[in-house]
Amino acid sequence: MQKTIAVALAAIALAVLPARADDPDVSNWQAILEDAKGETVYFHAWGGEPRINAYLGWVSDRLAAEFGVNLEHVKLDDTAHAVSRIVAEKAAGKDHGGKVDLVWINGENFAALKEAGLLFSPGWAEKLPNWKYVDVAGKPAVTTDFTVPTEGLESPWGMAKLVFSHDSARLKNPPKTLQGLLDYLQEHPGRFAYPQPPNFHGSTFLKQVLANSIDDPAKLQRPVDDATFGQDVAPLFAYLDKLHPKLWREGRAFPQSAADLRRMLADGEIDIAFTFNPSGTSAAIEAGELPETVRTFVLDGGTIGNAHFVAIPYNANAKAGALVTANFLLSPEAQARKQDPQNWGDPTVLNVEALPHKDRVLFEEIDLGIATLPPEDLGPVIPEPHASWMTRIEEEWIARYAAQ
Amino acid sequence: MLKFAPALTIAILIGPVTAGIIGTLLPAFGYLPALGGREVSLEPFRALFATPGIATSIRLSIVNGLAAAVGAFSIVIAFTAAFEGTRTFALMQRLLSPLLSVPHAAAAFGLAFVIAPSGFVLRLLSPWATGFERPPDLLILNDPGGIAMTAGLIAKEAPFLFLMVLAALPQSQSRESRQVATTLGYRRVAGWLLTVFPRIYPQIRLPVFAVIAYSVSVVDVAMILGPTTPAPLAVRLTQWMSHPDLSLRFQASAGAIVQLGLAIAAIGLWIAGEQIVAFAGGRWIRAGRRTAADGLVSGLGAGAMALIVTGMALGGMAIGLWSFAGFWPFPDALPAKLSAANWAMALPRAADTIAITVGLGLASAFIAVALALACLENECRRDIAIEHRKLALLYLPLVVPQIAFLFGLQILLLLIGLDATVYGVAGAHLTFVLPYVFLALSDPWRAVDPRYARIATAIGARPSRVFWRIRLPLALRAVATASALGFAVSIAQYLPTVLIGAGRVETVTTEAVALASGGNRRLIAIHACLQMLLPFAGFLMAGAVANFAFRDRRALRIAS
Repeated sequence: MQKTIAVALAAIALAVLPARADDPDVSNWQAILEDAKGETVYFHAWGGEPRINAYLGWVSDRLAAEFGVNLEHVKLDDTAHAVSRIVAEKAAGKDHGGKVDLVWINGENFAALKEAGLLFSPGWAEKLPNWKYVDVAGKPAVTTDFTVPTEGLESPWGMAKLVFSHDSARLKNPPKTLQGLLDYLQEHPGRFAYPQPPNFHGSTFLKQVLANSIDDPAKLQRPVDDATFGQDVAPLFAYLDKLHPKLWREGRAFPQSAADLRRMLADGEIDIAFTFNPSGTSAAIEAGELPETVRTFVLDGGTIGNAHFVAIPYNANAKAGALVTANFLLSPEAQARKQDPQNWGDPTVLNVEALPHKDRVLFEEIDLGIATLPPEDLGPVIPEPHASWMTRIEEEWIARYAAQ
Repeated sequence: MLKFAPALTIAILIGPVTAGIIGTLLPAFGYLPALGGREVSLEPFRALFATPGIATSIRLSIVNGLAAAVGAFSIVIAFTAAFEGTRTFALMQRLLSPLLSVPHAAAAFGLAFVIAPSGFVLRLLSPWATGFERPPDLLILNDPGGIAMTAGLIAKEAPFLFLMVLAALPQSQSRESRQVATTLGYRRVAGWLLTVFPRIYPQIRLPVFAVIAYSVSVVDVAMILGPTTPAPLAVRLTQWMSHPDLSLRFQASAGAIVQLGLAIAAIGLWIAGEQIVAFAGGRWIRAGRRTAADGLVSGLGAGAMALIVTGMALGGMAIGLWSFAGFWPFPDALPAKLSAANWAMALPRAADTIAITVGLGLASAFIAVALALACLENECRRDIAIEHRKLALLYLPLVVPQIAFLFGLQILLLLIGLDATVYGVAGAHLTFVLPYVFLALSDPWRAVDPRYARIATAIGARPSRVFWRIRLPLALRAVATASALGFAVSIAQYLPTVLIGAGRVETVTTEAVALASGGNRRLIAIHACLQMLLPFAGFLMAGAVANFAFRDRRALRIAS
């Protein structure tokens, strides 16, 4: 059935490919700015983090003042809801005036919408005026989303990298390898946990273990090969089989999100947590959610990293306004504010070195915070595996550990 | 005018649900052209039953759901049998009333804040009594057996059933019956069970069914307190429904049909239980035994009720404390610093949300009460009773798991251009509010002694005067309670608000759940507070209205 659906989705994709007459021409930026004036842009973005919501409030104020665009943040608890919505609109034949104008997205959600042809025309992102600042060479993840080429269907917004954290008041020298983690838990059972896959952070932990244990990491950049899959993931599950009896609650219950994990670190339930935002820990200390003694570290050999994006659905109502918003999100001003842990602490997608002096200063003035590793200590980036790996190891994980 | 009310009500109940069910049935059998499903097949069901852990999920839904319903029902009946008419009963009535208005999600958060290993109880006891400097590694929340979830459901459903019993009591001549039973030598519990219970039960039967259906298909409480390895069926359906892999929609729809079957099966089991109880009761009456383990029943009933009240009160306190807390590490019993900063930051942003929440609640409760009264009055005037089959229609929105028909409903509203508007959301809320209001109102209304109306008519009052001067005043408490209940039900709606409102119509509940995924206990606490305060205000108003109207009518006030 998977195959029939893929074929059907491809058929839908073909049907919607021809550019629509009412689509704005991104290369004529002046016209876009004119069109955008007075438009209301409904930005569907995860709303679980007050700091991010406050940042988007600032973006909204700036857009209104400078471009006459009214930005409304539609707070989602799961981006998949926005995907559902776009699909429902497609099902109802609503090819114009859709309710989603801009969506915060990456990974499998992007892959699903791209495959179904439900995104605004290819190449728009690379025609944005601020695209010239994007660090395409230094951050390959900005054009390859979980190995899927973005083809300009989505515009990069921020970078993410797996970073571990520990409370230095309780644990001075955290283990820097997965084997070391296992040894630590033999001594201190129950003091580590990971969010339950398919939670995004939990799956990222699985991918980290997979990347560290597979015989040939190059395999991860290709779709799963059924013939060798069992053998490829055997070391991953051998590791988890050893890890789970020593996990928090002996692996019989799992935290449901990275925020849960952070709370558990704050409460002292666990000694080691992780986040996908290198300065998220500093920001949490700032907000009184973590003790000031928490510090971050990365694993020897590098950790998984990726980028997150904004995309415009094919039937968006305010495409010009969405384009102006996406472009503003890429501006040095917005990116620098976003990187400041006081506001959010999300790393920039821009090449800071190449920015004009006055913009570069914005970034240099940022205090990254007490628990944030400087960029040179963040270690190598392990690219995201092809999305099919995540789907398969999640299924396998659920069958093994969440279906007793 | 009045004679169109039943048709309109039925349309509001059936229209969305039928459209939604069709929108669910088609993909359940493989048909959803937008996703490439063009032929009818059983493949979605095959995929569903091939899902790992599906048997456990189904078991969790039906066993724990039924256990919660049986638990809540037994506690309420045991307590009422043992204490009705006593000072303890009046006290419990006062203590429990605030709990009625607490939305499920808020109650679950409160309970989680209390019983977790890092929660309030262990903070109060540590380290002086337990020796814990850090939270112990104990599996209390999200246990694979679903005990925490069942406890959470009982704690929330018992107050609801208690309210229903309270609403039914004035019509049951309970004091007289108890007196007669006592003079015949029956102990308190036995006398109540044999004389009052048979008259109360028919009035609370429909609410009990709603509780069963709800407990079997609960999503929000299960997500906060329930197991995750695997989760109960309804939670997994919700996840599949919003999963980016669109092909899961088919098996989710099939699962929704199974979920519907589970709810029906659970109610069927309950009805079978009714037969057994009725048979046993009949034998008991004939045997003439005067006692019913009175001490044990009253002990258990009072103990369980006290536990619920204490747990919920502690939960409310924990929520209140967290909403004002600064950094609050374990095992500190209290936050080092309390400040209004959290509120000062959150409230201005929440002002619009609160206004929309209240507006939706008032509108849907008002329309629902007006429709329900019109139907019931129509029934009275034409001297007909709604057939049992028609009454079952009332159950559609309560028995069909929300997620199952909301997806289809979303497409329908999209086609007529009402999606993502407050009107669309108010309409969706009305679909869920109306049954509860109707359930809360219909039995007390029908139990109003018809002889008053006949006398009034005999001395020349017109039907409208009989309604306004006789029936409505006699049922005023039920009407006020039903309005408050409708308001509370509207506030608690999560999925309809998110799906029909396209995320643009934000209520305190959608905000709370969105924040829950962020894990910030302070903000969760603030929104849980708001979730509790708004319906609480509604019930307070309802009680005040009834007490004011009955200030000089002693027999209409609840015995205290």
